[in-house]
Amino acid sequence: MANPLKCDLCSKPATVHLTQIVNNKVHKVDLCEECAQAKGVTDPSGFSLADLLLKASLNPEPAAGGMKCEQCGFTQADFKKHGRFGCPACFDTFNSIIEPMLDTMHKGTTHTGKVPQKALARKTLSDRLTKLELDLTEAIKSERYEDAARTRDEINQVKHSFGQKPPR
Amino acid sequence: MTIASLIDTPSELTDAASSKTAIVLMTRVRLARNLAGNSFPGWAKPAQREEVLAACREAVAATAPMKRSLSINVDELSELEKQILVERHLISRELSGAKAGAGVVISKDQTVSVMINEEDHLRIQVLRSGFQLKKTWAAINELDSALEDRLDYAFSPTLGYLTACPTNLGTGMRASAMMHLPALVIGNQMEKVVRAVNQLGMVVRGLFGEGSDASGSIFQISNQTTLGEAEEEIIKRLGTVLNSIIEHELNARQKLLEADASKLFDKIGRAYGILQNGHLLSSGEAMNLLSLIRLGVDLGVFPDAHRCVIDRLFIEAQPGHLQHAQHGEFEPGQRDLLRAGRLRAEFANFAKPNFTLSSDGPN
Repeated sequence: MANPLKCDLCSKPATVHLTQIVNNKVHKVDLCEECAQAKGVTDPSGFSLADLLLKASLNPEPAAGGMKCEQCGFTQADFKKHGRFGCPACFDTFNSIIEPMLDTMHKGTTHTGKVPQKALARKTLSDRLTKLELDLTEAIKSERYEDAARTRDEINQVKHSFGQKPPR
Repeated sequence: MTIASLIDTPSELTDAASSKTAIVLMTRVRLARNLAGNSFPGWAKPAQREEVLAACREAVAATAPMKRSLSINVDELSELEKQILVERHLISRELSGAKAGAGVVISKDQTVSVMINEEDHLRIQVLRSGFQLKKTWAAINELDSALEDRLDYAFSPTLGYLTACPTNLGTGMRASAMMHLPALVIGNQMEKVVRAVNQLGMVVRGLFGEGSDASGSIFQISNQTTLGEAEEEIIKRLGTVLNSIIEHELNARQKLLEADASKLFDKIGRAYGILQNGHLLSSGEAMNLLSLIRLGVDLGVFPDAHRCVIDRLFIEAQPGHLQHAQHGEFEPGQRDLLRAGRLRAEFANFAKPNFTLSSDGPN
């Protein structure tokens, strides 16, 4: 028998071949007897194909070198092991491996739902404040006092729009 | 509020579900949220977990629905207390086994619970008895917006709310309904239903979520995907699927009655007999018997008002609740004896079955 299919989860010979059509997308999973049993594929009360697909998509060897999140130190190998990411910044770091995964996992690849408007507005303001404070230090250092005065006024304005709450 | 007084207050789920929505026992929506700039709970260092826990507990407790709530760290709870909270669907099994630096805030009426440092920093959940998807979503949406005032959520314009597991990206929302589907189980149609529901992008699970069995013919149906669709669209799609499952269950009941009513009445009558006279009942068997009595209520064999008794017993027959009521910890064998005794006492005063249904058939 030339090149039998291997189990997506443990690479033993696969004997259970599952095809499921969700939202007009075809998903295929090949499993060995043991993994099929363990994952409840044979259980009529249902199992999570999303989880299976996730784990299966982790199995192909990562590109040589492997990436590492600068924010939290999480590596591609860690993701392969846990199936979970380390921190929000990991989604930038590992963007190239996440993107192909999303297509099989979800209905679309772009968020169209709720947006945390207030939190985002707060972040914009606080980013602006940080930048202005840098500008102010810079202006004072190079003795550009007119610029400094203008920047200070702007800082006060931004602080005012934060209302009672101090910036984080 | 203390854990002891919370446990002694009945859960929202023991509330009487009206007969119109009798097939859906409970509606639940949960949102996964994380704080920007912090490692996810599974990857965070112990000190970081404690920091996030403290910040979240404070922010959650300050919201309107959480006035006079229970706010507690998981390591302050006993094993039995954790089990009771799991049986009431207020915390997950995963949280009950969490390492240090995890907690939960539960509203006084037990309809809102926020788990902290489970798989994500925040797992916000609102549950309501009966079929109330839109109301439940409105309530959780409001709570989420109130939290957003105090916490900086990790969010990406393209990927939405960022979650530890990529299967929750986007809305971070899982909306679900707990359904009682005895006729589909008796008629061996559940497998077909599960397959059809899967194809519509929804998942079917047992009573206590992933990997649990469907004792008592109770199933949880929820959305599988979270990215690429707005919350309202997901809710609407799930509602359509649920309505069609309800219709199938009602048809299956009609078919069972038309094919051989005495076969179905025999099951219900025997269940009644065992509940009234049994001396050893495992929780699985008790759930299945109670499920048949509940079907009997829906068919008019027992008065409508008794449905809430069954819904209460569904929870009180669980191991954690049973042991709490008996003030001690017992081996499974002893529990079966206690459970049967408890049910005998309940059913001693239960209405007698009336198997002569009105001519226009069951509702």
